[in-house]
Amino acid sequence: MQPFFYERADTLEAATRAMSGRPGAAGDVQFIAGGTTLVDLMRLDVMRPDRVIDINPLRGGLNQIEVTAQGLRLGAMVRMAEAAQHPHIVSDYPVIAQALNLAASQQIRNMASLGGNLLQRTRCDYFREASFACNKREPGSGCAALNGINRQHAVLGTSDHCIAAYPGDLAQALIALDAVIEVTGPEGRRMLPLADLHRLPRDTPHLETNLRPGEIITLITVPAGVWTRRSRYVKIRDRDSYAFALASAAVAIDLDGETVRQARIALGGVAARPWRAREAEAALAGQALDEASATKAAERAFAEASPREHNGFKVALGKATLVRALLETRDMKV
Amino acid sequence: MDDPLPPGRDSAGFGRRRFLAGSASVGVLPIAARAASEPSAAETVRQRHFTKLTINDQVYQLELDDRVSLLDALRDHVGLTGSKKGCDHGQCGACTVLADGDRILSCLTFAAMAEGRKITTIEGLAGPDGHLHPMQQAFIDHDAFQCGYCTPGQIMSAVACVKEGHAKNDAELRDSMSGNLCRCAAYPNIVAAIKQARDQMHGI
Repeated sequence: MQPFFYERADTLEAATRAMSGRPGAAGDVQFIAGGTTLVDLMRLDVMRPDRVIDINPLRGGLNQIEVTAQGLRLGAMVRMAEAAQHPHIVSDYPVIAQALNLAASQQIRNMASLGGNLLQRTRCDYFREASFACNKREPGSGCAALNGINRQHAVLGTSDHCIAAYPGDLAQALIALDAVIEVTGPEGRRMLPLADLHRLPRDTPHLETNLRPGEIITLITVPAGVWTRRSRYVKIRDRDSYAFALASAAVAIDLDGETVRQARIALGGVAARPWRAREAEAALAGQALDEASATKAAERAFAEASPREHNGFKVALGKATLVRALLETRDMKV
Repeated sequence: MDDPLPPGRDSAGFGRRRFLAGSASVGVLPIAARAASEPSAAETVRQRHFTKLTINDQVYQLELDDRVSLLDALRDHVGLTGSKKGCDHGQCGACTVLADGDRILSCLTFAAMAEGRKITTIEGLAGPDGHLHPMQQAFIDHDAFQCGYCTPGQIMSAVACVKEGHAKNDAELRDSMSGNLCRCAAYPNIVAAIKQARDQMHGI
């Protein structure tokens, strides 16, 4: 691991100020909260910050969970485990609780913050092993995954420069519910739809988010809606626990009897970023939700899929995962 | 870390810390530029050179490089070698310790981040008279290991698992323990051991 300065930020202002004033050197300074991504990638020499700013002293002001008639407010420093077991999240926003509980291990859920979880880096092996070409790690160096072992890689939203999959679970649950995040930076606070946080790789896969230098995610808000209680996260993986998704689906449905008023769908494990499947949602609106309509929606969701040599199975698996999630959500007793 | 100390190092260890970071930035960032950015940082954040850790109710004052993980601090600086280094990447759970009662991975925690938290390791489980914790005794009773390398992490994780209320049935228990790998595959015996201890741990 490269040497670095460890510093603590006692206030949000100190944290963002410590990051600013270094244009063009964003990789040189990193915030650390849970550390479960950063320490791992620093040990692999994939991330090499020369300053690491510990924002855990800010936790007291950023660890609130509030459930009101307007919706859910989650401080960005809430630990995954805290949100996963919160009784009102379990009952009123089950898709969020399930996405959290099906992610990582209990140890990691005890450490990782919600804000950091949203920003976790891809698990692409060619990104994580610094001897391979990787446009995300070393812009312009190429992509070893394109013609490598790409079983784990994305089939939606990829480019000729990067086919890495977004690995998380929570982000899918949140974008299906139209979550909005508050970010705080050197120039103040702003609100950002979570769906706009992550960028498509295009020809700049090293630019993963639309956060500006020095900005910290401080709050996650989820608007209330009749669909939040009828929501579910289905995750398919190689082993039954403690594995990243091969395919996942976050679903929330507003049902009128058997008929869909509105369906909200986000897909994980199959896409370059948290993936809202709006075409599939449109296909279901006004339809009776059954296996046929769910299958048709799943076809629409994967119509633009572009698999490589080893990940073609994700198209079929992704569709089946979505169909199952839709039907199980329909059958929920709420 | 066997790097030579720079001349003029003061008693607070300040010089060594700066020397380490400065020497690595050659070729990446001019040292003059780094120095120029330091005063503003010094105004707003603390520079730490000693780390005070509370481990098994004993306070240790350690002078550590910033890179030292909590795991390496425990093993190499405090001499508590019960916590094990399996993967060093948060994938195996052999390094599991408790921080304020919560199970965490000491390999993915910088030692400095553990300041102010009560760390409990496998060495801190037994009573002062050497009486084993019910979970330790249960692992012996059920032969819940072969090579034993993962066992300290399994036991620490299992103690937390029971306290979290995640050991109510086999399926939940297995899912809750999935962050601790056992390559000898002693899993059935581990599950049996945890269930025995679960029924004995009330009030501990």
